[in-house]
Amino acid sequence: MEPRIGTRNAKSMFFKGIIVFFAFLIALPLIIVLLYIVKQGITQVNWTFLTHTPAPVGEKGGGILNALLGSFILVMVAAVVAIPVGIAAGIYLSENPNTKLSYWAGLCVDILQAIPSIVVGIVVYFWLVKPLHTFSALSGSAALCLMMLPIVIRSTEQTLLLLPPSLKEAALSLGVPYHRVMLKVIIPCGFAGILSGITLSIARVIGETAPLLFTAFGSPFISASLTKPMESLPHVIFTYATSPYDDWHDLAWGASFILLVFVLTLNIVTKLLTRKWKIQL
Amino acid sequence: MLCITNPLFVENKRLQLSNSQLKWETFFKRLLIAAGAILVLVIIGILLTLIVESVPSIKASGFGFIWGKVWDPVENIYGAYPFLIGTLLTSFIALIISIPFSYSIAIYLGEYNQKGWLSDLLKNTVELIAAVPSIIYGFWGIFVLVPLIRDWEIKLHILPYGIGIFTASLILAVMIIPYGASLGITLIRMTPSPLKEGAYALGATRWEVIRKVIMPYTRSGLFAGVLLSLGRALGETMAVTMLIGNTSAIPTSIFAPGNTMASVIANEFTEADHPQYLSALIELGLALFLVTVVINLIGKRIITKATHR
Repeated sequence: MEPRIGTRNAKSMFFKGIIVFFAFLIALPLIIVLLYIVKQGITQVNWTFLTHTPAPVGEKGGGILNALLGSFILVMVAAVVAIPVGIAAGIYLSENPNTKLSYWAGLCVDILQAIPSIVVGIVVYFWLVKPLHTFSALSGSAALCLMMLPIVIRSTEQTLLLLPPSLKEAALSLGVPYHRVMLKVIIPCGFAGILSGITLSIARVIGETAPLLFTAFGSPFISASLTKPMESLPHVIFTYATSPYDDWHDLAWGASFILLVFVLTLNIVTKLLTRKWKIQL
Repeated sequence: MLCITNPLFVENKRLQLSNSQLKWETFFKRLLIAAGAILVLVIIGILLTLIVESVPSIKASGFGFIWGKVWDPVENIYGAYPFLIGTLLTSFIALIISIPFSYSIAIYLGEYNQKGWLSDLLKNTVELIAAVPSIIYGFWGIFVLVPLIRDWEIKLHILPYGIGIFTASLILAVMIIPYGASLGITLIRMTPSPLKEGAYALGATRWEVIRKVIMPYTRSGLFAGVLLSLGRALGETMAVTMLIGNTSAIPTSIFAPGNTMASVIANEFTEADHPQYLSALIELGLALFLVTVVINLIGKRIITKATHR
């Protein structure tokens, strides 16, 4: 016999309670982590911190300027390559959905997205570090570039698929050549969507440490040379966090705070951009 | 094409213009094809690099590599079994912890509360969890979670390492929740409403609709979400490296320190001085690559099937 409606309703309410509880409990670790990083980090951040290189152990002061500049250069070089290639591949995938190449390229995007970041590090080590006999910023950028590509490609592809086909047809029927239709009509129309993919990909790779361990490696000096090792924010956090010195831990908290601010800002920008475009990234 | 090649029309300026445009058009199309081809080449290159570089290790230890219980670089003995166990333990414990959370979030945002500020707030929270870099979770874990776990272990009379497989799994669980949850939300929202309405009309309560209509309908999709989070957990490196303790011994309990495949690569790659040592680490990378790629591709296949019916 079915239980009475009272018990069934009570059961329904009970499970709703459990689900609401578990769903909102997830906010707890996030809030704790964020508050802790802000509390530890914000006191470290001042002008010296942002404009000096790290001080030797035991000395007060010192900052993370080398890591800030390094992260900036690494991500910029990666983006300069990943954005055009990614957009081109995204256009190809959305324009030719049924060719053999697009099937394989689509599969490769999925694979690229799935590769553990540490494996990307190993591979780039053999492509760029071993032949050049030195850790270099160039190899670090190459690793980050590989990690950015799938996000840029997928966001471009999905944005372009959302555009009404009449847009392209109208432009083509006016006699506009294909490349101008793409560059002057289709890409500007989907610009916000593509841009959101770019900001999101930068937000993802700016915190990546694993692929940089064997590529950009890290260095205590400010350098703009792409063929020398280069420091980056996540790598500086890793080395200082695992060191035994309290001064270095403080530097790492400050660096974590800065990294967190970057990542959160980029994510909020992405959110604002995707508000108009209902794309799933 | 015909009129452009016709000499009679070559004088015509507009046609000359369109001729150059045509060249650009072909060039642009080739550029797009090249971008697609680069992707395929990159993946083939990655696979080849991993295979070629791990050949010395495969030759030296063969299939014994997977089941070898000793990892001793000094004696040049390489067995991946301890790391295999470490990886499986951390990933599956993290998965088990994360499933109630990701399912609850998926059901709450997919069914109970689909719109409104509260739903948006929770959805953004879940996305933020995925956005925080793993190095920050690891750093926080070392200084907050490890002492906490150590206190618990002292109370429970276990060897108080603090770091170890369980600690790493806890952080890993938090990190993978968003992957299962965000997919679940989309799929649960896709349940056709006539099905739900039919069940309500028959007098089902809300929980019964969820349990007997929505869950069976979205089961394969939710499973795909679990697969994707598993793929994420297997390859996650930094947070685990910082919290798992890094010993090459086979872990004796879930509170003992250990090592995962990813963390051993991160720790030992730059100090691997012997060619076979390096090659053994790359073989670990190759295995990791194959496993995560297969898991992800199966997951993606299930999702495509679930969303296109």
